[in-house]
Formats: sequence, C-alpha cells, structure tokens
Amino acid sequence: MNKRSRRKVLVLALVFGVSIATVLGLTALEENMLFFFSPTQVNAGEAPQERSFRVGGLVVPGSINRLPDSLTVQFEVTDNAENMTVEYTGILPDLFREGEGIVAIGSFAAGGRFVADEVLAKHDENYMPPEVADALKASGQYDYSGKM
Amino acid sequence: MIPELGHFALIIALVISVVQAVVSLVGAAKNNAALMAIARPASLAQFFFVGLAYAALTHAFIVHDFSVLNVVQHSNLVQPLQYRITGVWGSHEGSLLLWVFIHSIWLVALAAFSHHLPQMMISRVLAVMSLVGSGFLSFLLFTSNPFERVFPAPLDGNELNPLLQDFGMIIHPPLLYIGYVGFAVAFSFAVAALIAGRLDATWARWSRPWTTAAWSFLTMGIALGSWWAYIELGWGGWWFWDPVENASFMPWLVGTALIHSLASTEKRGVFKSWTVLLAILTFSLSLLGAFIVRSGVLTSVHAFAVDPERGVFILAFLVIVVGSSLTLYAWRSAAVVSIGRFKWFSRESVLLLNNIIFLTAAMAVFIGTMYPLVVDAFGGGKISVGRPYFDTMFSMIAIPLLLLLGIGPTVRWKVDNWKRNSKVLSFFFISSLVLGMLIPFLVEDQLNIAVGLGLAGAMWVASTTFKELFSRLSRGASLPLSYLGMVMGHLGLAAFVVGVTVTMTYHIERDMRMVPGESYDIAGYEFRFQGVKKIQGPNYTADEALIEIWYEGKKVDDLIPQKRIYSDFGNPMTEASIDVTLFRDLYAALGEELENGAWSMRVYYKPFIRWIWIGAGFMAIGGFLAISDRRYRQTVTSRKRRRAGTNATVADNVA
Repeated sequence: MNKRSRRKVLVLALVFGVSIATVLGLTALEENMLFFFSPTQVNAGEAPQERSFRVGGLVVPGSINRLPDSLTVQFEVTDNAENMTVEYTGILPDLFREGEGIVAIGSFAAGGRFVADEVLAKHDENYMPPEVADALKASGQYDYSGKM
Repeated sequence: MIPELGHFALIIALVISVVQAVVSLVGAAKNNAALMAIARPASLAQFFFVGLAYAALTHAFIVHDFSVLNVVQHSNLVQPLQYRITGVWGSHEGSLLLWVFIHSIWLVALAAFSHHLPQMMISRVLAVMSLVGSGFLSFLLFTSNPFERVFPAPLDGNELNPLLQDFGMIIHPPLLYIGYVGFAVAFSFAVAALIAGRLDATWARWSRPWTTAAWSFLTMGIALGSWWAYIELGWGGWWFWDPVENASFMPWLVGTALIHSLASTEKRGVFKSWTVLLAILTFSLSLLGAFIVRSGVLTSVHAFAVDPERGVFILAFLVIVVGSSLTLYAWRSAAVVSIGRFKWFSRESVLLLNNIIFLTAAMAVFIGTMYPLVVDAFGGGKISVGRPYFDTMFSMIAIPLLLLLGIGPTVRWKVDNWKRNSKVLSFFFISSLVLGMLIPFLVEDQLNIAVGLGLAGAMWVASTTFKELFSRLSRGASLPLSYLGMVMGHLGLAAFVVGVTVTMTYHIERDMRMVPGESYDIAGYEFRFQGVKKIQGPNYTADEALIEIWYEGKKVDDLIPQKRIYSDFGNPMTEASIDVTLFRDLYAALGEELENGAWSMRVYYKPFIRWIWIGAGFMAIGGFLAISDRRYRQTVTSRKRRRAGTNATVADNVA
C-alpha cells in the first residue's frame, strides 16, 4: 500500500473513531444531563416530573427539620422570592448551614415531595454556587456586596 | 519593603523573559552566536528573580506580615508553620506565583541539561519557554498581584481554608503544576522545531525525556489529588468528574498519547507532524485547565474567588498560544516528509491506535466538561453532566484500550507477523477471560460481567507484559530501563483497572445513625461505636469519636474520626479515619450530633481501593525509569563527538 492511500485510510480511521465517540457520547450526554431550576421555577411547574434535576437556593433559617430516629432531614430553600421543601436522607455536607447557598440533586417522589439524592454546599467562605447566584439575581434578591 | 522587593523582582523577570525571547529568536534567525548565547544566562536570571519573589511572599507568610492582603486572607497567627508555608499557594495569586516559579525551574533545568543540543535549537526552545512564561508573568502582575498591600494592616488574618490544611495539600498542587508546566517544555520543543523547519526525529528524541518527566509528575499530582479528596472531603470517593479534575485529566490523556507517539517518531521517524500537533494540543489543554480553574466559569470544588477579568486574560492567552502555534504548524508542516514505512500489523499501527483511543477519551471528557458552558452561552439554561455519562464512556473506552495494550508491546516495529505470537496470545486471552469471569463468581457466588471484564482485562495486560519480559530474558536480550519503565507503566494500568472495577462494584457505603455502645456489621467487620469526646488541636477544637473494629472476635483497629471546628469561623471540617491494608480500606467519618447522644456517621468498606493509587504510582515510577535510561545520555556523548568543530561547540563553551 503506498503512502498516500495509507495516510487516507489512517485519516478515515481517525474520523471514524472520533465520530463513533461523538455519537455514543452525545447519547450518554443526553441521558445524563441535569437541568437547574430555581424554587420559583419549580413552584411554577417548570421542573420535569419524571427526571432528575438540580435545584438551588439559600437554606431558609429555622426551616431545618430532622425526623426523629432517622437520618432524614427536611428543609426549605429559597431564591428570596419563593420557597420549596427539600427532603434528604443522609449526612449533610460540612458547610450546610442556615442562610447559606446549596444545590440539591434529586427528583419528585410520590406526593410531589422533592427528594434529593445529593446535597452540595459551597466549599469555602467566599464561594457561592454560580447557579444560586444567578437564581438570586433573577429574583432580584442578590446582595452584590459579596457575602450572603 | 520585602514584598515590594518581590513585586519588583517579578517585573524584572518579566522584562528579562521578553528580552531573552526576542534576542535569542533573532539570534537564531541570523545565526548570530553572541545573541543566541544570552539564552542560558538569561534563563538563570529569570529563575533567580522569580525565586526571589517566591521567597519574598513565603517570608511574608512566615513572619505574619498582615500588611500584605494575600497573607491577611490566607493565614492567621495560630496557623502552624508548615501551613503558613503552603498557604502561599492556597490562594489564586499565590498558586499562580508557584506556577510561574515552577515554570522558571523547568526553564533553568532545560538550560542546565541541554548542553548536547545545538545552540540554535536550545536558544529557540528557551525563547519559546520564556514567551510562554512572560504570558503567565503578565497574568500574575496585571490581574493577580500577590504582593498587594492593605492599609491599615489588621492585627490578625483570616484562616486558610481548613480543607487545605493537610499533608496531601502540601504536595498535590506543586506536583500537578510541575506536570502542567512541564508540558510547556514539550510544546517549546515542538514550536522550536517548527520555527527551524526541521521536523526530523531528533526533536522527538530531545523532547522525549522532558515530556515523560512532565507526564510522570502530572500522574503523581492527579493521583495525590484523588487521594486527598478521598481522605479530606469525607465522602470516600476517589474521583468525582468535577470540572477541575477533568481539567487535569484532559492534558494527562493527550499527554499519554503524546509520549507514545513520540516513541514512534523517535524510533521510526513516523507521525512527525502528528506528534507536533499532539505536543501543541497537550499544552493547550493545560492552559484550558488553567482557564477552567481560574475563571470560575464552571461549578467546582476548586473554584477560587471569581473574577471575570482573569478569565478573559487566560482566554486571550490561550487563543494567542493556540492560534500562533497552529498557524506556524500550518505553514511549516507541509514540508514534512515521513520517511518511515510500516505495514498494517506493526508497532507503529498499534501506537497509532493507542493515540486514537486516548484522544477519544480526551474528547469524551472535553464534551462532558464544556457542554454545559456551550448550552449556557446559547441561553439553553444551566445544566450539568452527571457522572454516569463519564462512567459509561470510560468503561466503553477501557475495552479496546486493554485489548490493544495486551498485544501492543509484543508487536515488532515496521512489520510483524500475527501468527508469530498468535498461539500464546490466544491462550493468554482465553485464560484471562475465563479466570476473570470465574473470580467474581467464586468469591461472590454471582456472575458479574463488569467485574469479570475488568479483571480479565487486567490479567490479560499483566500476563502478556510478563510473557514479553520473560521471552526477552530467555533470549538473553538486554533489558534497558526504558523498557522496564514501560513494563511498570503497563502493570500500573492493570493494577489501576483492578482497583477501579472492584471498588466501584463491591464497595459498601452506609450513612448511619449510631448511639454509643451500638455496633454495625459491614462485610464481616464489626464497627463498635464507643462514644465521642472533645479534644483541642493547635488551631481547632474537635469532636473525636472512637470506633473499635472487630473481625472474627479479634480487634483490628481503633478508628478516630474527627469533626473539627477551626477557630476563625466555626467552620466544621470532617476528618475521616481509615484502617488501611492492601486489599481493603475501612473508613469512618463523623457526621453531626443528633438527639439523645446519637451521631450520624459514614462507615465505608472499600475493597482494593489502594490499587488505584498504587497503579498510578507504578505509572509514574515507570515514567521516571524510562527517562533514566542510559540511551538518552549515550546519544548525548556520541552526538557531541560527531558535532565537534561546529559552531554549536563554540556556543556550548560560551554558555
């Protein structure tokens, strides 16, 4: 096989590999995409009923309610316009606190409760999840001075 | 005074780097030995001044100079000395200074260990390195000055993020940066070769040990980051597909392709322009990583305080570097002729396949990481890509990779006959597959295809690697260090695959609610919760639990997980406690106090998780073995002799 046609075949193989990867990748991507919604959007019914999604906001002070003899916690998150209740069973992250920004990943369970599989808090003092910041800006409640 | 000195030293370093780049590039273009000769001393000078700046900032941290904003923000009076020294790179500004400092170390190392290279080549390489360095120095000086003062100076500073007060954090960033920045060396060699218009196999030989070294450091850096996250974040996971982890993983993947492609180019003179392109791509991905981390565009554990100006700067820098090097490439590479010829079944083909697989993997990570950004930019809303995407992609990519890796090292350069090894290889293939499938069945009484395939793949790679090793030994063939390095690297990957498959399938994770006196059984281990007491650390107070672990009536270990409150903010911090053996980790992390003296607690059983980091360690050691091969030094001396009498020797003496 001469050089030119060999190079062609090699390039074709490369293109083929990359396109297979792209197709498989986009399929897997489509299935595992998580959309973000603010409490206002969730209450307006914009969040999917069947699929997992992410919701974020500030933990409403005084709303944390621990069910007795279990690791189940209920708390409210807010974008300072509307509130919604999140239920989570497990250990909350170190920096989960009242008034702080969090992101919860989960879906609706029976009875319309939002059950989170994972709760993420910010990781240092000055950092707020960008989605939460944007949600607060959208509701006109963002404090531009930096700290929440 | 000293901080101003540091700031001034940085400015001098920036000036030197620009002057050096221009003068030595002009010198090389005009073949002017005197101009080219400034490359080495100027590199040394850059190293000196950047080192001075680095020392100045470290000094400010050590002596609690709270008139420096960076010191105020990232250290306080009670912080132990070692975390004041490492606190230097706990901030965006300081870590960028570390980055620039490491860049200057690579630069001075290049200048010191390159006396075998023609002066023209090394002048160009050092010039390109300096240009890249000047980009980072400007970034540091114009957007992120670490020496900024604050007036009036406060009496005490803010605590360094407690997450960063850990041994893993002392060594993880430097190693990672050594790797990232090291790829700038490979990039500089490639660009220098492009400028010279001489893309022969020699540039590959020269840049190969440097690239392998950078790759080994990056491997260690990533592995340490994973290990630190496992211990320190208290989640017991070892990889989260976090954008910043991906940012380090992409250059690693393409860098792995690069070190394999360099082998083809060096030994057989093939894939020349491809290898150059890979070198450019690897470094570009390092820069992209820097952009992702520094700009805060993606949600991440690692996000520094966000400043859009910095993102714009790096993005511009990235565009300049990629744009100019690709233009140069388009202009020069047309002249490149591949001399090597090879048949379908040859080492060259196998290495090409390796490249395709690693690039596919990098592409998968790239898409998963950048897609949310693209969607957001086009107004498609905030999305993120869940970890199942990455897990699916990588388990699919692992199959052809392991298949290929078992065959690859047995195949000869240029042309080979499949029949030569087909019997032995088929035997190993079938027995690995059978054994791999059998093991989970025997241990767990249950067929598990995923684990079976993973174990089979690992055994297949290990067995053919050993087969090749033994047949070399029995032939009486020499075993150069570079070959042993490859063996180590490939065995490392096999160990890594075992670790990943077993951990991911058989790990047990329980979030528990426990009262003192209670016990809980996991995988035959009994976790006995004895209670919690308060203790006092140097700059924190903690609740410390005592959990005894019993196995078959014998006590194995005491686990003492802590929940620390660092003095400044009352920030809680989980400090996990782990009982380690080669085959399993027992992991306990303290949650929070519940009602009636109960505590929430995480208890994990993680079989074979150590193999993940041991595997990565093997890979890194393999890289270091490969670069200590005599081959690189031999070619050095023989080349020197051959070159006697050329202007290069004169220039060498000057330097």
